[in-house]
Parts: sequence; structure tokens; C-alpha cells
Amino acid sequence: MSPLLHVNTITKRFGGFLALDGVDLVVQPGERLGLIGPNGSGKSTLVNCVCGTLRNEVGSVNFNGEVIDKLTAHERTRRGLARSFQLPRPFHSMSLADNLRIPLLYTVRAREGMLHAHTDLEARCHQLLELVGLLKKANQLPRDLTQVEMRKLELARAMAAEPKLLIADESMAGLSHSEIDDILALLFRLNETGITVILIEHIMSAVMKFSQRLAVLVSGKKVADGKPEDVVRDPEVVRAYLGQ
Amino acid sequence: MNNVKFSLIAIVVAAAVLAFAHWFKVDYLFFASYTILQFIVLATAWNILGGYCGYVNFGSAAFFAIGAYTSVFLHKAFPLPVPLLIVVSAITAGIAGFGMGYLTLRLRGSFFAIATLALAVVLQTLVVNWDFVGGSRGAYIIRPENLEIGSFQIPYIEYLFALMLGLTVLALVTARAIEHSQLGYGFATIRDDELAAEASGVPTLRLKLIATTLSGAFMGMAGAPFPYYIGYLQPQSAFGLEYAVNSIAMPMIGGTTSWVGPLVGAILLGSAQQYATVTISSAVNLLIVGLMLVAFVIIAPNGLIGLVQDWLRKRRAS
Repeated sequence: MSPLLHVNTITKRFGGFLALDGVDLVVQPGERLGLIGPNGSGKSTLVNCVCGTLRNEVGSVNFNGEVIDKLTAHERTRRGLARSFQLPRPFHSMSLADNLRIPLLYTVRAREGMLHAHTDLEARCHQLLELVGLLKKANQLPRDLTQVEMRKLELARAMAAEPKLLIADESMAGLSHSEIDDILALLFRLNETGITVILIEHIMSAVMKFSQRLAVLVSGKKVADGKPEDVVRDPEVVRAYLGQ
Repeated sequence: MNNVKFSLIAIVVAAAVLAFAHWFKVDYLFFASYTILQFIVLATAWNILGGYCGYVNFGSAAFFAIGAYTSVFLHKAFPLPVPLLIVVSAITAGIAGFGMGYLTLRLRGSFFAIATLALAVVLQTLVVNWDFVGGSRGAYIIRPENLEIGSFQIPYIEYLFALMLGLTVLALVTARAIEHSQLGYGFATIRDDELAAEASGVPTLRLKLIATTLSGAFMGMAGAPFPYYIGYLQPQSAFGLEYAVNSIAMPMIGGTTSWVGPLVGAILLGSAQQYATVTISSAVNLLIVGLMLVAFVIIAPNGLIGLVQDWLRKRRAS
């Protein structure tokens, strides 16, 4: 089976700082991949390069059989590559329903023959809000939400684009145990519908529960990639996290 | 209410205003209301970029002047009727808006504002040194006393007033249509968070270019009849500070998130300025703008519309 995402030795510099140093990553369709690494190891930079927010100087990104290096972020979203942001970035002047309406209008409707009827659009908005348990607050503004609800909105907006691959960038940081379980259940449910998920996270219990495979970034280099149980015992990974 | 219905209502209201003014038959009324209408168009145009997308344009005067000087140029090169001048001005100012957008939209916040201010300075320098349109001396446009259509005779000021009224309707209908469309949602995401907008599939750069082009085109349209209205156009008046300041202040005072804001703000501020010009002195104009802007920033940061919305929300909650 050809991979859904193939990150081919990409390198990203910020001035003299090497944020990503020849990172390779292959993700198969339907996979649940965990991506971990200490703070500043380049996880978010990798997401930004994959999603088009930043441009990598060296290497290339291949998504669904297509080289996407020259595409802008919104073009990549339309091709089925969605992400949630580490710090939730809702459209703060819009109601929750309108927040979800944006990707529906600009991503799903841009594909052929989708959601042209107004009622379909409304129904889809409500369906998504119900899925994340926010239907009651459909007409409220994001500022009325709690932290966990904000994360759910962020995920719902990424899901609204009907992606093939969802990258969840630290969507559980700062949440309680039961809230983490909530989000995890949501991600599992998504994965069951055929969406490939990359989970970037610091909370190891959640990562271990979720991931089929685990990749580790340290100082811009991928130091390990394999079965989660094996990866966490890898001496290099242990050294990066605990020091020598 | 759909767009067609709204357009019809707007046209009926405009026709009623025109009929009333015609019945009243005071030249000064036409003269003063023309200025207010012109500011409604300018404020609405500014709001398409500044209010909907959140990009503050300090160069409104430049686009207004592009419209005005397009008229002067054509008046000398090949005279056209004023409605056609408006169309040509819309095109030139629209192109200028597109160009400005392309060059500056990678800038954000105050940097974008400074760039638009610089554009106005550059254009003014060009016009001052362009002899064909009068240079720094200015240009006289002798307008006919009456417009003659067959055996009909319409006073020219009334004709210009009617044109500006038509432009006002066009600007308001366009702004409202944008607000309720997919484009309007896209603009709002740019205002809220561009990164998140891109991640949701919104082509932000293209949308910003649409906004600068539309906004510039409407400002140019507002400026096109101006040389005929004023009779003598010089760079200082076409690039006047009052255009840049008013185009920002009026939507701010009215409220920037809806088409009603610029309309209300322009009527309020424009009338106050006209009143002050007659009763006190024309120099007090900008002082009034400044004071009102300060007052509104303190009392109603989201403008009059925001104030009303907050009040409605509170009443619904209690």
C-alpha cells in the first residue's frame, strides 16, 4: 500500500537555528501515529511544514501520491490535510456553528457536488457539534467555552474539513484525566471512520493508549520510530527525556 | 431579507430622498447632502477592507484622489459624461487597490497602515508634479449650469447629488451582500485569525486582494464626480487629511462589523461637520471628528451598532 503521507528528508532553518534536520516520516492510510519529543524538538515546526504554514528549504512532502511543496496551506487543507492548533485559535467573533461553517464552505463545498443545499450545510454543522458534545452551545461565542470545550471546537473545525489525515497538535495539554479520555475517545472514533491521525502529545499515558506506532523527535532529528513499547525503552529516547 | 428585496427598498428610500430634496429646492441642501453621501460611500468602502477584514487603510484619500484625478484627466483628454467617468475611475482605483494589496498585504497591523499612508504620499507627489492635470496649481473644471436631456433641464448640482445617491445605494447593497455571503464569512476569518483561516481552507491572499480591489474601486467612484462638484481641484484638497480621517472615524463610530455602521457614522459625523462648518467655522471639522472618536473609543469601542447589540443581548439574557 502506498503511504498517505511521506515526509522526505525535510530541513527547516530559522536563521542560524536548525529546527528540522533531514526528518523522514512515512504514515500509512488509517494509521494512528504518535509523535513525541521534548519541548523545542521541532514537532510543531514539522506540523507547520507539512501543513504549509512554513516552507521547508530542503526535502519534500508527498501527500496522497502528490508532491505538495508548492501548495499553500488552504490548498493542502482542501486536499484532505487538516490540523488543530496547539493553542486553540477559534474565530472569536463567530458563533460555534459559524466556526464550523467556514471549513464546510471553503473546503467541503469547494469539492465537487458537495453541500450545495443550505439545509445540508446546517445539518452538517449540527451533526459535527453533536459529535463533540457542543450542540447546546451552537449559538454561543468561543469566549463562553471552557478549556476542554475549546479543544473540542478546535478538533471539530479540523474534522469539518473532512480530512484524510488529521494532525492533532497537543490537543490535551492542561486537561484533566477525564477530559483527556473524552478527547481520546473522539480521536478513536474518528480513526474508526477511516481518518488517519497523527497525535502530537506530551501526556505519555494518552500517547501510549492511542498510538499504533510512535516516532520521536529530538533537536530536529528523528531518533526513533517503531512500536510504542520498544520506542520508550530505546536508550536514545530515554537519554533525551531524562538526561544522562 | 434577500439582496433583491433590500436593493428595492434602498432604491425606494433613495428615490424618496431625491424627491424630498427636489421639492425642498434649496441649493445648499444639495451641496451639503452631497458631501454626506460621499462620505457614506467612502466609509462603506473603507469598511469592506478595514471592518470586514481588519486591515486598517490610512490611504483612503489616495483612492479618492485617483477617482477625482481620473475625471480631471479625462475631462481634458476626451470628455465623457459623469456616469462613465465614475465607471472609469472605479476601474483605475480598483487596479490601484489590487496593486496596493499585492504589494502590502504580507504586512500586518500597523505596518500595513503605514504602507497605505506612504502610498498616499507617493501619489500626491506624482500628481503635484504632473502638469497635465494641473500640478500643484490645481485644475479648473467649469461645469455647466444645467444638465440638458432633450427638453428637460436639471440643475447640475441636483444631477451630481442624484449620481452620488445612486452610488450610495450601490455601495450599501454591495457591502450588505458581501456580509451575508461566503465571501463575508471568509473576510471575517481574516479579521479573526489568518492562520486558522488558511487551515480551514480559506484562500486568504485572494480574499484580501478582492477586498482591496473592491474597497479601492468604491473610493475611486466616490471621488470621480468631485471635480465637477467643487469646480476647482488641487492636490491638497483631493488628498485632504479629512478623507483619510473620516473614512476611518465614521465606521469606527457607527460600528465596523455591519454595513449599518458606516452609514450611521457617516450621517452622524457628516451632519455634525456640515453644521459646524456653517455655524462655527470650517476649520472645526477635524476637531469634531477627533473629539467624537475619542468619546466613542471610550464609551462604545464597538461603535453605535455594538452598543445596541450589547444592549439587546443583555435584555434577552435578563
